[in-house]
Amino acid sequence: MGDPVTLIAKWLEGLLAGWGLAEGPTAVVMNLIGVIMIVVFVMIMDVFLVWVERKVVARFQDRFGPNRLGPFGLIQPIADVIKMLIKENIYPQGIDRFIYNLAPLFGLFPVLLLWAVIPISPTTIGTDINVAVLYLVACGAFISLGIIMAGWASNNKYALLGAFREVAQMISYEIPMVISLLIPVILARSMELNQIIQSQNIWYIVAAPLAALVFLISSIAELGRAPFDIAEGESELIAGFHIEYTGMKFGMFYAGELLHALTVGGIFSSLFLGGWRGIGAMTYPIVGTFWFFIKAYFIYWVIMWVKYSLPRIRIDQMLNLNWKFFTPLSLVLLMVTAVLDKLLTGVPMLIYFGVMLAANILIGWGTVLILRKTRKKEAPRVAEPKPIARPDGAPPIPAITPATTSQS
Amino acid sequence: MTPLQIIFLLVAAISLGGAVMVVTRQNLVHAALWLILVLFGVAVTFVLLNAGFLAMAQVVIYIGAIAILMIFTIMLTRKVAKDTDEQLNSNWWGAGIISLLLFGGVILMLFQWQNFQFNLPNLNPSVDPLLQLGEGLVSPNAFLLPFEIASVLLVAALIGAIMVARERK
Repeated sequence: MGDPVTLIAKWLEGLLAGWGLAEGPTAVVMNLIGVIMIVVFVMIMDVFLVWVERKVVARFQDRFGPNRLGPFGLIQPIADVIKMLIKENIYPQGIDRFIYNLAPLFGLFPVLLLWAVIPISPTTIGTDINVAVLYLVACGAFISLGIIMAGWASNNKYALLGAFREVAQMISYEIPMVISLLIPVILARSMELNQIIQSQNIWYIVAAPLAALVFLISSIAELGRAPFDIAEGESELIAGFHIEYTGMKFGMFYAGELLHALTVGGIFSSLFLGGWRGIGAMTYPIVGTFWFFIKAYFIYWVIMWVKYSLPRIRIDQMLNLNWKFFTPLSLVLLMVTAVLDKLLTGVPMLIYFGVMLAANILIGWGTVLILRKTRKKEAPRVAEPKPIARPDGAPPIPAITPATTSQS
Repeated sequence: MTPLQIIFLLVAAISLGGAVMVVTRQNLVHAALWLILVLFGVAVTFVLLNAGFLAMAQVVIYIGAIAILMIFTIMLTRKVAKDTDEQLNSNWWGAGIISLLLFGGVILMLFQWQNFQFNLPNLNPSVDPLLQLGEGLVSPNAFLLPFEIASVLLVAALIGAIMVARERK
């Protein structure tokens, strides 16, 4: 009891063996069923996520959100899906039809691939590979590929510009993300996600709070969500790479983005918040599923909170934040963690985590000091009037002094 | 045939077909996308050989970085890469002879290699190949020196790229 997934799998295996199926084909059939189960489960959750997202954004903006169809508007996402499916399918002129149709698939399937290695409970995991952490990074490559395909095949300047921006952002933020991913790997001495979770007797967010923060922020940038949504900045690019997509093809990008946000929550909770660990998870694995989704949805909520509270940043701010702040910070964190881990071999766990936390606080304090110093130096430079593009011979623009702005 | 062999044959056929498409497509972006299929086929082959780390590295580096960079380059230089250009120039026969010779040489060498018909060895399940790889890379008895030299080379390339791109003040 308490582990229905394994129970059903065992029963099915026995059933297939009873029908006279050999061991090899049974394994193939069981793996196929497993793949389909994970995909169906995640996709149904994805439909539900549309409702979650709309309800939460409504609350942040002091509205009710969908509340007409069914209790609490729960049937709204199904209506949305039907609307998406029966919308007209528009092919703009001059598109590259095959790639145009292929790109939306790349918007969704890499996110589904991610769920193959995320442990939902101690016993329910798609596949427990020993390079799971690297696998998470590899799936991101396909997402950026899909975006660049969509941008190029649409034959639209805005789409192409949006795709360029998005891919540049994804490639840059991959660096701090991967480096901060290495820190839980060092702490757990394994790249298997289940192994990482099992070694978190104390959550890794205690030992590596800064790495967790860097990972979360660079994951939001990978997602391309606000405040990092310069790729679809409505004021500049209308909608970015998916501007020419209608109906369910747009829906695939949208569903992929929503699901990716929840998936980031799942990955974050597995790496830093102990994944399925919680009260009763070891004896009843199904309770672990509950804990896992509580944590994943909490991080998803944090991502939405950030998205609907912060304004969009500019492209130069995005690049500065990555290359001048996150990349050096994560490199320092990696080196300090590696050295401390080697120095602290054999000490009790509490001391180990305490020293790691103290080191993180020290690094954070130093970072704040450096940031303050930079701010003092940079603030006057940023406040200087910028050159403005004007037609030749136009009269010069009078300089705006701080005094006049405060009066008006 | 085991399921593994069926998968291998499928992957090999797809990779080779993709490779033919890479060199025959006129549209450079299409060629780059076919190349990604070929690279992915190689990654799947690594998986079939129980080399998960190499497969992931293949995807991260070749698809995630190099192929994307290629597509970027092609898109930003679209006027150079016209779809209607002639695909062959007057030296096509030379290239053909060289590639035939190379292919023949490789095949010949493979047939002379005594392990050509070697079956896939079973890995020792108690040893994590990933840990062995990691230890091999930093152990002085194994590959520490080449690994460090490669790292220094990469750092030098990075610094060089920054110097080239830097604004002169």
